[in-house]
Amino acid sequence: MSWLVFVLVFWLATWVLNARLALASGHRAVRLAVPLLFGITLLVVWEGVVRGLAVSPIILPPPSAVAVKFAASLPQLWGDFVQTFVRGALAGYVIGCGAAVLTAVAIDRSVFLQRGLLPVGNFVAALPIVGIAPIMVMWFGFDWQSKAAVVVVMVFFPVLVNTVAGLAASEAMQRDLMATYAASYRQSLVKLRLPAAMPFIFNGLKIAATLALIGAIVAEFFGSPTRGMGFRINAEIGQLGLDMIWATIAVAALAGSAFYGLVALIERWVTFWHPSQRN
Amino acid sequence: MKSALPVVSVVAVIIALWYAGSVWLNSPWVYDQAARAGQQVSLPDVLVATMQQDRPVLPAPHQVIKGLYDGITGQAITSKRSLVYHAWVTLSGTMFGFVIGTLMGIALAVGIVHNKAMDLSVMPWAIASQMIPIIAIAPMLAVVMNSLGAQPIVTKAIISAYLSFFPVVVGMVKGLRSPDQMQLDLLRTYNAGQGTTFWALRLPASVPYLFTSLKVGIAAALVGAIVGELNQAAGIGARLLSGSYYGQTVQIWAALFMAATMAAVLVMAIGRLEGVTLRRMGMAR
Repeated sequence: MSWLVFVLVFWLATWVLNARLALASGHRAVRLAVPLLFGITLLVVWEGVVRGLAVSPIILPPPSAVAVKFAASLPQLWGDFVQTFVRGALAGYVIGCGAAVLTAVAIDRSVFLQRGLLPVGNFVAALPIVGIAPIMVMWFGFDWQSKAAVVVVMVFFPVLVNTVAGLAASEAMQRDLMATYAASYRQSLVKLRLPAAMPFIFNGLKIAATLALIGAIVAEFFGSPTRGMGFRINAEIGQLGLDMIWATIAVAALAGSAFYGLVALIERWVTFWHPSQRN
Repeated sequence: MKSALPVVSVVAVIIALWYAGSVWLNSPWVYDQAARAGQQVSLPDVLVATMQQDRPVLPAPHQVIKGLYDGITGQAITSKRSLVYHAWVTLSGTMFGFVIGTLMGIALAVGIVHNKAMDLSVMPWAIASQMIPIIAIAPMLAVVMNSLGAQPIVTKAIISAYLSFFPVVVGMVKGLRSPDQMQLDLLRTYNAGQGTTFWALRLPASVPYLFTSLKVGIAAALVGAIVGELNQAAGIGARLLSGSYYGQTVQIWAALFMAATMAAVLVMAIGRLEGVTLRRMGMAR
């Protein structure tokens, strides 16, 4: 009971504090502190409710137990991370995004191909592509190659559609200027239209970044070697090791956020000239 | 209509490549069988044989269509072998979760727009929450919900709701903030309160944004429901997994096409609804 009272008091206190902070906002520190405080509150409420209501650890383990498990099984988590993220997701991401950008540049000169491929690409981008995971596992085997293949297909269409839209984004005035300079097709592509397409391409790359890890993990449900994050989640369910599952989820969330952040950082570096990056 | 010809030709090329691929991927098995029987096979025989295997590596398009047709019409639609039955199971979970996710997303967006503390504290976590691959923890959710005695549809709905709520939050926050200063000032000169401003200006202005998010959301909800079914007894996801266990490639492809059709129909239905609503509101472009 005392845990529940503590949770309630803590929650109300941080709520009031956050409301005050938000009103006095403007500083960078406040902008960081408010969400941080909210996150800490969530963790404390989770811990307190689990202890207060004596929730069984096979339904929801408290965050402290997850943290202990996390610290205790670092080598195993690292092995899973390398297998799923570095080998499966990252390899697939690089191949898929690279192929999509190259395809977009290749069909750039043909209006016919664009008219045909874009509706098909938009259609495929809305499909539940994770469903091809069992097929890819059948074709490429249990190891990381099949996971990378799923990721390639998942990230290809969002990046393709965005890149094609981006290549059309430069203004007629700018293209005319290139024409008055007697710029060749290749020159105007490299010097004007590809840079102008970068905000669009990065939009696609950011969407793909969130898809890549999901694709790699889900593909492991259909067969995998005895390591990898998807394998770990499935194996630990069998023995109700929920603390290990939550530790793996934490790794996935951290890796996903870091990857997304990295792509956003590169975007800021590449498209520093774009209005959305200048404030 | 001027894009009809390019689309048709691209689709035709894809189907041609598919046939070529199925010949290429299925022929080793044919040669293998022939070598075991000590026979020589001619090329036309191989071509025919690659098109009608029971468990091809890559089923030819007509085999998939036949599998789809058999799955839909081969038995009563209440039968557990009917694709219609499985599609219905998936659809019910999708819609359940989609409605919950949409309502939650709208509520959260209203809170974010009207309360600065919520804006600052919830928005970053809503973005971070999407970094948790919820699809990946679907099996765990299933076990936990099972031990709590929940129906299978609830598990699916939670995953679907989680996936569809985020696009709605982002779209609605943008939409509710889309009225410009001039319009807000006008309402202030009318002495309108926050409530009136919301119902008369913000909410109508957000409708186009809402529909755009709903289209993304429903496709995400369908993916969530399918993955949520991977360890359940019925649904498109269950068909995918059982097909992968027993090497029934035609079954996998048929289930996949069923899912694709559902996604297309759902997105198109929302597009229709969007068109009708916006025209009624005088916002159609």
